[in-house]
Amino acid sequence: MDGERLAQKAFLLAAVLSASVTVLLLAFMVILGLPLFQGGLVFRILTAPWLPGRQLFGIWPMIVGTLAIAALALAVAFPLSLGVSSLIAVVAPGRIARLVKSAVAFMTGIPTVVYGFVGVFLLVPLVRETFARGSGLCVLTAGLVLGILVAPTMILFFSDALARVPRSDRIAAEALGATPAQVLIYVLIPGAWRGIVTGLVLAAGRAVGDTLLALMLAGNAAQVPGGVLDSARTLTAHIALVIASDFDSLEFKTLFACGILLYAFTAAATLAVRRLAGKEGPAR
Amino acid sequence: MKQPPLDAVVRLASWGSTLLLLSLVATVIGFLAFKGAGSFSLELVFGDTPPLEALLLRRPVFGGLLPAIVGTVSLVVLAISLAVPLGLAAGIYMAEYGRGRIQQALGLFFDILAGVPSIVVGLFGFSVAVFLHRHFGGRIYPCLLISALSLAFLVLPYLIRTTQNALEALPEAVRLTAPALGATRLQNIRFVLLPRALPGILSGVILAIGRCAEDTAVIMLTGVVASAGLPRSLFSAYEALPFYIYYISSQYRDPAELATGYAAALILLAICAMLFAAAALIRQRLGARSHQRL
Repeated sequence: MDGERLAQKAFLLAAVLSASVTVLLLAFMVILGLPLFQGGLVFRILTAPWLPGRQLFGIWPMIVGTLAIAALALAVAFPLSLGVSSLIAVVAPGRIARLVKSAVAFMTGIPTVVYGFVGVFLLVPLVRETFARGSGLCVLTAGLVLGILVAPTMILFFSDALARVPRSDRIAAEALGATPAQVLIYVLIPGAWRGIVTGLVLAAGRAVGDTLLALMLAGNAAQVPGGVLDSARTLTAHIALVIASDFDSLEFKTLFACGILLYAFTAAATLAVRRLAGKEGPAR
Repeated sequence: MKQPPLDAVVRLASWGSTLLLLSLVATVIGFLAFKGAGSFSLELVFGDTPPLEALLLRRPVFGGLLPAIVGTVSLVVLAISLAVPLGLAAGIYMAEYGRGRIQQALGLFFDILAGVPSIVVGLFGFSVAVFLHRHFGGRIYPCLLISALSLAFLVLPYLIRTTQNALEALPEAVRLTAPALGATRLQNIRFVLLPRALPGILSGVILAIGRCAEDTAVIMLTGVVASAGLPRSLFSAYEALPFYIYYISSQYRDPAELATGYAAALILLAICAMLFAAAALIRQRLGARSHQRL
């Protein structure tokens, strides 16, 4: 029986080691960013503009940039995803639905950098010429492509949630003479709201956490964007751009503030998703 | 209340959004294929170096994609071989041993880790490299090993969850047969449960390979560079396909270099598509088999 116990210990050790990575990630950032938390510096960093020439290393513009680009992406992707998942669940079930679903699943496998690359050479010139303003590298461009990137996450969650609404509800509505569209709007979507919110929150986490699209398409100006055609920089892109500076400088230390913010946001999103899923019962 | 022709509106909206999304994806792929297909040649991969000499490592390759391809492959192999043993073992614990509070707490940690943006994992990897550099003789810089380790952390929660789900999805009859015949818990896992759950686990591993191959944010902080030649050791800088694509998109000097960017994007897309297809195929056969059983 000794081998049995040893194996169990080894499996437990692997699980604990893996879980400790989660803690280690945060601990490393907090410890290395410690100087930021002294003397109210962190408050200044969260609210000040980024003007290295004047020794101002605030990340407020990056927070706004992140929220603007992610919000635009979600605003683009949400109706689109709702439409596609409605098609899968109600409008064209069967072969077409399966086909669309596998195409959407395939989309999750397309590398982000490929979207970014095509965005740079296809959408950026288009935006530049359509609006005849700026370089085309702006919140709008990044938000649109990011919307396409996060749409599959939403669609897969939405269509699963729609499919999980009890069949009896659906049949009851149909027996009362409801058309497919009425079933969708009055029965399925209200019945699946938890799954829909879950998909939305997960997509928000992905949108906020994505680095490459913003880095390649948003122009990276460290300023609060005044409109969708302005250049902006996200927290993620900021980390990628400032990483080359001196490790001990205050400038570099602000990266840990960015990292902790991103970590906190995505952890909160994960907790929200778990709460939503937990209330749904054994069906996960 | 006056009803709009609701069915027509819903029908139009859902077909419209589906066609829009699919045509956008088709545009992305078509655009790459149109621009990139023309530049495929031996020269694309090997540059000016004769292919045979490059493959035998007699001469370095400059200007070709070979170093980036080799870099990506070695990165993926390293990261996956670091992550798979740990992920599988932790997944087995979660499915077969873990109970109650401890299992729930561990699950929470894995879920949080799964959501952490890859750039944050990259920042962690970079900080670890700096830390090691300062405390262990200054010979460690961001390198292949640091990147692989960071990528392993990135896909770890994913591997754990697919292993756990594959094991938990096994029917009760399969789970109980061997113990009823006197097999121990470990024997049951080793000879019955793991082999039966293998397709599910394998498709998870393949998707993890895809994530390692396409990730750019982690590696751009932990050691990838635009020009390094073939990776010389675990402790050297290296090139990788996704970073090359990113780099070319902003730094290309002439149309020829840009064309290699298109080709590299097409190659990466093809690799990820093949991995995705392989994972889907395995899952499909798994589905067919369990269907047969019922």
